[in-house]
Amino acid sequence: MTEASPTKPYALHLGVIALLFALSFVLPGYHHGLLARIMVLAVFAMGYNMLFGYVGLLSLGHAMFFSAGLYGAGLTVYHLGWNVPAAFAAGLACGALLALVIGLLALRTTGVAFMIVTMMFAQVFYLVILYFASWTGGDQGLVVQQAARVLVLGSASFDLTNPTVRYMSALALFSIVLLVTLAIVRSRYGRVLVAIRENEERTKMLGYDTFSNKLIAVVVSGTICAASGAAYALLFGYVGSSFASVQYSILPLLWVLLGGAATTLGPLIGTLFMYYVIDITSGFTSAYLLIVGIALILLVLFFPKGILGTIRQRWLGWLP
Amino acid sequence: MADKNGFFDLSKTTLSRRTALKGLAAGAGLAVAPGFVRYSQAQSSAPIKIGFQSHRTGIGAAYGRWYEKTTAAAVKAINDAGGINGRPVEVIIEDDGTDPARGAEVVGKFASQHKTDIVFGTLFSHVVIGSAPAAGEAKIPYFVVSEGHHVASTKLNRYVFQPGITDVKSQIQSMAPWIAANAGKKVTQIFPDFAFGYDHRDYLPPALKAQGADVIAQIAIPPTESSFTKYFPQIPAETEVIYHVMVGPAVLTFVKELGEFYGSNRPQLFGFMDSLEATDINSPGLEFLDGSHFWEGSPRYAQPDDSAAQKAYRAAVGIDDNGAAVGDPKDVSTASHMFGCWETLYVVKKAMEDAGYKGPEDRAKLVEATEALTEFAEGPEHPQGPKTFNGKIHQCFGIQNISKVEGGKLKVVHKTKIEDGLYEPEGDYTTQAL
Repeated sequence: MTEASPTKPYALHLGVIALLFALSFVLPGYHHGLLARIMVLAVFAMGYNMLFGYVGLLSLGHAMFFSAGLYGAGLTVYHLGWNVPAAFAAGLACGALLALVIGLLALRTTGVAFMIVTMMFAQVFYLVILYFASWTGGDQGLVVQQAARVLVLGSASFDLTNPTVRYMSALALFSIVLLVTLAIVRSRYGRVLVAIRENEERTKMLGYDTFSNKLIAVVVSGTICAASGAAYALLFGYVGSSFASVQYSILPLLWVLLGGAATTLGPLIGTLFMYYVIDITSGFTSAYLLIVGIALILLVLFFPKGILGTIRQRWLGWLP
Repeated sequence: MADKNGFFDLSKTTLSRRTALKGLAAGAGLAVAPGFVRYSQAQSSAPIKIGFQSHRTGIGAAYGRWYEKTTAAAVKAINDAGGINGRPVEVIIEDDGTDPARGAEVVGKFASQHKTDIVFGTLFSHVVIGSAPAAGEAKIPYFVVSEGHHVASTKLNRYVFQPGITDVKSQIQSMAPWIAANAGKKVTQIFPDFAFGYDHRDYLPPALKAQGADVIAQIAIPPTESSFTKYFPQIPAETEVIYHVMVGPAVLTFVKELGEFYGSNRPQLFGFMDSLEATDINSPGLEFLDGSHFWEGSPRYAQPDDSAAQKAYRAAVGIDDNGAAVGDPKDVSTASHMFGCWETLYVVKKAMEDAGYKGPEDRAKLVEATEALTEFAEGPEHPQGPKTFNGKIHQCFGIQNISKVEGGKLKVVHKTKIEDGLYEPEGDYTTQAL
């Protein structure tokens, strides 16, 4: 484990946040909107990274946590007319509660069994969404109307459909989660998680309750993913079952692997990279997934620990 | 915080700095080049730019290909006749992967990068619903060719229109009188257990009830199912008509197994052509469908009484008398739906001309001009048939075809009236702000 001076990592992270803030004023419209979406989904990846990167638990079911937030926020607005803060809180609560229950059950397994169990729970969650189609909109999904997506804080109101407000809201969420993640991984608790990842038996022998620590990590991870889902529903206005499908459990894994597992900024880099590779290549050919696949293979060959993971290994050992 | 045991090592391959830099340079070049460049190209001749949100990949790819062919034919016809308001029409295509999240991004790309005048052409309902918020927020008119009831439900927004194809609620309602009068009064429904099936599940029973017939059983089949034999014993013995709307690749198995279950002594069969779009009706296993009836939006096979407009449309799109691509009889079209692209583009043309449309600053005028349209006469611009348009719910209503499978072809035996498919509006988009 590489020790770092406390200022460098925080300066880097604050610099990234400042860069993203500045980009809001210079990016063309489409890229401005796309980056807002990427930041929200990077939060999803950061939540995934918390469990996969720092605890070493490979889940194939994180779409259910994202969707818990998505539907928790979306359905309370759509059916109950809740305001934005209450709906966002509902999304977080749904994700946290679901993560607690899933964690209690799934953490009885490890390795491949953990992957399968999480995937099966996510599939159940997906089918439940389809089953209650009269409430959830089934596979077609629901639209959260523009009028309901206004954040009222005191006398001020912010229209979340406004591109600037949406970008800044996404940036705010991204920044909070990034700094919280950084604080966690640099904390004593974060080091315990890495110890569990590296050698769980030894960590147990040192007197740590690894089950409780892993359970907390599942809940934190699930809550962060739910925050991303809730933000997606409120910022982009669509709640659909495709976000609960297995594809959305695999995507955060890819984003994290690309960016660098167990790096705090890797999820952003990976999400950004994947989004732009798809966006650009799909303009040239309908076989763009082939190009994406080749890009992934090249990355695995040249950046076996992901982009930031490899950079950290080779040049910047202090990267958190 | 580095891992010591190489937990995340995806490969043990080492790389030199030179090869890494080569890779980075290639990646960076790829990343910065086209995304920022492409939209700045076609500005010189100031065409009307139509953003075509196409299902080039994903589950909608078979439809997407034929939607593109039909759109290209319609745009050629429009341009040959002088374009729209004297300006040529240019179509810019983006693949949405038949995915709602990507669909929303594509709409954003059309609005703010390609700066198209409208977005057009989406079929799959979940993509339409996922993309609609982006269209409403960007205030870009979004003309879909989806047949879903989502537009007419008024749950989307004022910028979303479906003027070129009828919605499934209207289609089902139009079928009920013929089914009750000709096929039977005791109907068992077999449908896929997802939204497309639910439209049929929800709208058929009241429509049949109004005609003195009943749905006596509803059998929902999960989309993951690959064998259907176990469901057939649920079909009540007194069933006079099996109403089926199975879609996707499993339809061949479904029909084959249904044939094995009933043999030659089967109830009447009535299906929706959605099941067999882009599929040869003479495929092995589909023999059991001989003598059964189907809903068709626009007939796949050329009919003896085809209008001159219908013949011209088929020739322009490039489909032969059997509804397959000219020169490739195995490339079967999606005739029941793709005509909607042709007709929608002519509605756009009409609305742009009525609005005196000049550019994106006139999008609100275009919305109002489209809402002011009331009917489309049958002819070269609307070869499928005449239509009415309800500007409050942004939905057109038209005739439907009921065809019988005879001798390996589909023969139209009945055409419904526009009135058969009308229903009470569920809302009013025109009350929403522009």
